[in-house]
Amino acid sequence: MSIVKAKDLTFEYIRRDEEGNVDGITTAIDNVSLDIKEGQFIAILGHNGSGKSTFAKHINAILHPTEGTVWVDGMDTSDDANVWNIRHEAGMVFQNPDNQIIGQVVEEDVGFGPENMGVPTEEIWQRVEESLKAVGMYEYRKKSPNRLSGGQKQRVSIAGVLAMHPKCIVFDEPTAMLDPNGRKEVIRAARALNDVEGITVILITHYMEEIIHADKVFVMDKGKIAMEGTPREVFSKVDELKALRLDVPQVTLLAYELKKRGVNLPDGILTKEELVKALGL
Amino acid sequence: MSIILDHVSYVYDADTNMPVKALDDVNLVINDGEFIGLIGHTGSGKSTLVQHLNGLMKATSGTIYYNGEDIYDNDYNKKELRSKVGLVFQYPEHQLFEVDVFTDVCFGPKNLGWDDKKVQLKAYEALKMVGIEDEYFYQSPFDLSGGQKRRVAIAGVLAMSPEVLVLDEPTAGLDPKGRDELLNKISELRRTTGMTVVLVSHSMEDVANYVDRIVVMNKGRIMYDDVPSEVFKNYKELEEVGLAAPQVTYIMHALNDAGLKVDCDVTTINEAANEIVKALKGRK
Repeated sequence: MSIVKAKDLTFEYIRRDEEGNVDGITTAIDNVSLDIKEGQFIAILGHNGSGKSTFAKHINAILHPTEGTVWVDGMDTSDDANVWNIRHEAGMVFQNPDNQIIGQVVEEDVGFGPENMGVPTEEIWQRVEESLKAVGMYEYRKKSPNRLSGGQKQRVSIAGVLAMHPKCIVFDEPTAMLDPNGRKEVIRAARALNDVEGITVILITHYMEEIIHADKVFVMDKGKIAMEGTPREVFSKVDELKALRLDVPQVTLLAYELKKRGVNLPDGILTKEELVKALGL
Repeated sequence: MSIILDHVSYVYDADTNMPVKALDDVNLVINDGEFIGLIGHTGSGKSTLVQHLNGLMKATSGTIYYNGEDIYDNDYNKKELRSKVGLVFQYPEHQLFEVDVFTDVCFGPKNLGWDDKKVQLKAYEALKMVGIEDEYFYQSPFDLSGGQKRRVAIAGVLAMSPEVLVLDEPTAGLDPKGRDELLNKISELRRTTGMTVVLVSHSMEDVANYVDRIVVMNKGRIMYDDVPSEVFKNYKELEEVGLAAPQVTYIMHALNDAGLKVDCDVTTINEAANEIVKALKGRK
């Protein structure tokens, strides 16, 4: 069953000068059609300005299509009557954890979403507990978010979204500001939500290593989908990705460099274990 | 010509019952023309340290010498220090505000009291240094791409002709190409101008690829201070403090464990590829 579906989606920004006159029109998304199935782990790659964040904002009805249609769990995002239901079903986690945390205490912050939805108090606490446990932050429930590390704060943000019981979570560069350990924690949490809870995950990132386990990768360029496939298919095309200002995981790059030096290796090696095996060691 | 940190400590909330030691007896010498990578987990004291370098924060105890002079002396020219040690904060593009790119870059040097001609010349040079083409000079900075905005913001600091450039996570949020372009530019600038560069980063790969020397911070103290290959030998200790080695280090260890005798101290993909080819030939 499809959870996010876009058909002929086009989104245009109208640029205005200081007097408010129309200065020009930028097409941020250009005729995109795609279909994301429930329970998938999807990655979206693309250089700065390629349209990936604009696309993400369509998934929870922050932006509406200029042309075409986006459905979330069958609901048309252009229909105002659906907005609140869509936002409950499709949560979003952004880059900067400090912009997303408002509570003085971790558990209060996580309870904020369900409280606004009118969930009964008893159930709010239940959801808070479950959500914090799911991201491994339950033992910090009484702490002030200010005292947490970047990765921990980001996991609290994820718990806050999770407490609203979404079917789908969009992560928009959730690790861009984190140290290596924080990055690992957040990606581990995202994968667990997908594996264990069956929540659809849509991950936007510039770190290629983070998406080698994804079910499917979309690469955006100039508002269009330039490539799509499994991580192995996409990362096999090193030159094509570089031309799109992107990269491949370090081990894939190393295998590519070895091939250039005459070592016989298959394309699209994604882990060090695969490299060891492919070298016949 | 250097920056010397002599037993520098910095305590937050010293007058409360919960003082926090953000810097704890830091001793560090930054020599002229060095390219230093400063790494550490969130909260390890990196940002506090770099804000001491240009006098934005004042050490609770200890002293800092810039080119031999104590920056805490009463008659020391702090304003000049801030132009000599240029600090580029995280997400510097959030600080762009002027109507066009060129005016924005002029803001810093103008405040140093330079005459218009010098200000404009320096702004022009700085924009050229970061690779911003003339056609963008009179556009609003807000119409540029993320990578371009960041380069304009860095030009704003370069226009003050700093001797030391300190960049706090300059590549966060940039796409891979944008990241490479920016770091290549900085590396090239350092080669051509002899400027000292301190790069604060969460990317072990970036640090391994560009810097000559790595300073690792943990709990306000310096944990390691050495060349990349030596620092990354301690990858297990680095993991314990929330860091890691570059991925290539792990790959080399995996190959070594599988029986291919390779040097595990290489830190870049290129070195690794050469090393593996050599080891494979040796087996035949």
